[in-house]
Amino acid sequence: MSRQLFTFNGGVHPEGHKAESNATPIRPMPLLPRYVVPLRQHIGAPARPLVQAGDAVLGGQMIGAPEGYVSTAAHAPTSGRVVAVAPHAVPHPSGLFDLCVVIEADGEDRSIDFQPLDWRKLDPSALRNRIREMGLAGLGGAVFPSYIKLNPSGQTLHTLILNGAECEPWITCDDRLMRERAAEIVLGIEVMAHTLGVKTILIGIEDNKPEALAAMGAAAPSGMEVVAVPTGYPGGGGKQLTYTLTGVETPTGGRSTDAGIQVFNVGTAYSLYRAVYLGEPLLSRVVTVTGHVANPGNFEARIGTPMTDLLAAAGGALDGADGEIVGGPMMGFDLMDQAAPVTKSVNCLIVKDPVRFPPRPTTLPCIRCGACARACPADLQPFEMYWFSRAKDFGKAQSYNLFDCIECGCCAYVCPSHIPLVDFFRFAKSEIWEREQEKHGADQARQRHEFKEFRLEREKREKAEKFARAAEKNKEAAATTTTDATADPDAEKKKAILQAALDRAKKAKEAVTPRNTDNLPPRVEKEIAEIEARRAQAEAKTESGEG
Amino acid sequence: MNGSPFALLANNSVTAVMFKVMAALIPGIIAHAWFFGPGIWVSLLLCTVFAIGVEALILLMRGLPLKPFLSDGSVLVTAWLLALSLPTLAPWWLYAVGIIFAVLVAKQFYGGLGQNLFNPAMVGYAALIISFPVYMTQWPAPVGLADHSPTLLEAFDLVFAGQGSISPDAFTSATVLDTWKTQVKLGKPVEDILAQPMFGWGGGKGQEFVALMYLLGGLLMLSSRLITWHVPVAFLAGLAITAGGLHLLEPARHAGVLFHLLSGGAMLGAFFIATDPVTAASTPLGKLIYAGLAGFLTAIIRGFGGYPDGVAFAVLIANVCVPFIDAYTQPRVFGHRKAGK
Repeated sequence: MSRQLFTFNGGVHPEGHKAESNATPIRPMPLLPRYVVPLRQHIGAPARPLVQAGDAVLGGQMIGAPEGYVSTAAHAPTSGRVVAVAPHAVPHPSGLFDLCVVIEADGEDRSIDFQPLDWRKLDPSALRNRIREMGLAGLGGAVFPSYIKLNPSGQTLHTLILNGAECEPWITCDDRLMRERAAEIVLGIEVMAHTLGVKTILIGIEDNKPEALAAMGAAAPSGMEVVAVPTGYPGGGGKQLTYTLTGVETPTGGRSTDAGIQVFNVGTAYSLYRAVYLGEPLLSRVVTVTGHVANPGNFEARIGTPMTDLLAAAGGALDGADGEIVGGPMMGFDLMDQAAPVTKSVNCLIVKDPVRFPPRPTTLPCIRCGACARACPADLQPFEMYWFSRAKDFGKAQSYNLFDCIECGCCAYVCPSHIPLVDFFRFAKSEIWEREQEKHGADQARQRHEFKEFRLEREKREKAEKFARAAEKNKEAAATTTTDATADPDAEKKKAILQAALDRAKKAKEAVTPRNTDNLPPRVEKEIAEIEARRAQAEAKTESGEG
Repeated sequence: MNGSPFALLANNSVTAVMFKVMAALIPGIIAHAWFFGPGIWVSLLLCTVFAIGVEALILLMRGLPLKPFLSDGSVLVTAWLLALSLPTLAPWWLYAVGIIFAVLVAKQFYGGLGQNLFNPAMVGYAALIISFPVYMTQWPAPVGLADHSPTLLEAFDLVFAGQGSISPDAFTSATVLDTWKTQVKLGKPVEDILAQPMFGWGGGKGQEFVALMYLLGGLLMLSSRLITWHVPVAFLAGLAITAGGLHLLEPARHAGVLFHLLSGGAMLGAFFIATDPVTAASTPLGKLIYAGLAGFLTAIIRGFGGYPDGVAFAVLIANVCVPFIDAYTQPRVFGHRKAGK
């Protein structure tokens, strides 16, 4: 390999323990009577359940729909009946339950019709949408929805890195996948490269996996470069592998895409191949089962496989087993409940024994020896962060760049005082998050309250203004009626019209009404005329005197 | 608490660290016994016993478990470093007082392991040289140069029963650093001073070889990554550059670089004392500044101060500066902008 590699600071070399599980091919699992599919298997919002208890489902049928942007779908692993959509044990360090769809298999294992995608012709946006619906998420452990990572969204990407480093001890699922299914992985990589529009494709594999290196090298067409990277933990961390291969440091708080680089796990490339070429949603993944079990190895486990069944497939735990680790020994966590299922993020299950996984010795005070700082791949000063995290001086811990910590565990691995440093950092981070959320919540509450106050105030003001306007109007109306007729030309006009009408009516009345004064003697007629004249005079007088 | 990592580096503990440091001291101790007689075994034994006693007593009073804290080995390192800094064949209570200052005052008063600001052994040394300067300047002369070199039994007798039977003049002398200082002040020519039998090819006779053995132990610690190069290199460079500069300016008053490097506590200080992680700076740049300062101050105190050797005070003053030095020498974190960009 002619490519210049870069060496990141720090890191450790724990015992690999790869041979325990990487010697045998990936084994299929029998169809199980029951699967438990969590709706939250990825980073982001949990999927929205599409089924309820009693519903019949087919394999590959979407049972959880992506909800929001950062989300992806969940699918039924086989045909059968939904028996519950309810909280169930899930593989999470907290041991808390989460919403799961429990499916009782009918044993027929029927599926929906899988429609392969013509990815070269399909519009990239439509392709991403399909991938979202097929539930693809990063299988390296972060389980970030893949469709988002396949969207350059305005950024110009030049390099695609495939992470086949698999630096965590004990885990060999990517190793076996690359050995056995290199051609399919390469097809998936092609789709990725096409969607992202990248020119350079690098496949990074640690040099302790010569078979995987050879298989991927043989399968990779020109334009894809398979690079052997030095074995060392955490050489397969996204930031570390990116640096090793390109010398680019992922900016703090940012992503490698800010530097034009996108990173995918090789397992994700394989699941993309299945999604595109077979039209199959993410229904299974390869899981390493190793440690204190009868037949360690790798298993093609459907998403939703209960851990008990997975353990049984590996021949079961041996005598003296002492709990299980989900994930690797450096970043994994204790399995709280064997009923928890395999999810998209579960790459390994290690059965512990007291010899290879002795209890942590008594913790002694920090002696500031700095071994943690020398082991830290992020160039942090863990003992300083520990000091402040322990004192709950979180502001100070943050000023020592707590949030640049990737929780790889190198510091705690080398600590001569056996301080569980990473636990302190997780604690400090979650406390800070919680406080920020609280503050955010308080801010929101305050804003809501202030808006309500403002609204009430506004309503009150508007009401008052309305009243004021109405009062004004009434007053005006009153003023109009009391105004002198002469003062108001309008009123004068009205009066004239009225008078005219009265006159007309009078005239009409006079015209119509038969008069009993007809044929009167001329003296009477004269008297009448005189009386009429006086009355008219008087009438005119009264009218003008009004007001 | 999810407990990861579940894997831990094998054979790694504070105890292991401390015992490796003690193992690295052994070549120097053997050389010391070879050149200055078996008295060193007595002072090592006394300091060890006193240190464990004081530490255990305080742990009991603080309600802390004895086993993990006594077996961490840190108090043994303190005891040995103090024993190697003090004159041998001194009265037993001198070691007791030194240990009380080191373990009780400097370490436990500050909260015990990992909490102390000042190097415990150097606090013990400083307390003694201020309180009992006479005892602190009476060092056994190298074997062969003294009228009489006490045997191990005589050494015990001297330490516990006092110096009744043998006159101290018979086996003690001032150190070469002390001799240099007083005789230069009296105006004695440098050639005459260096011609005295107590002066060897580099430093004091015998002492120069002990210093080389400390250097060997230090290199062993470097190669096993117990310490990094920063502190010893910066300490010795700070001392050499300052002493060399003074020697060039006033050769009649200030001794040469090699003499300074191989005399007194220079090598012990550079590799075993200034490197104490609890009290030293922790960042790479900080270590260079801290140890460079300690080396510089050692030369200045030797050259102008009232005490013959300056390692203890230099290290203590540098200890004071550590929090400040660390705060301003934080290394760039991965993914953060490079300085000036």
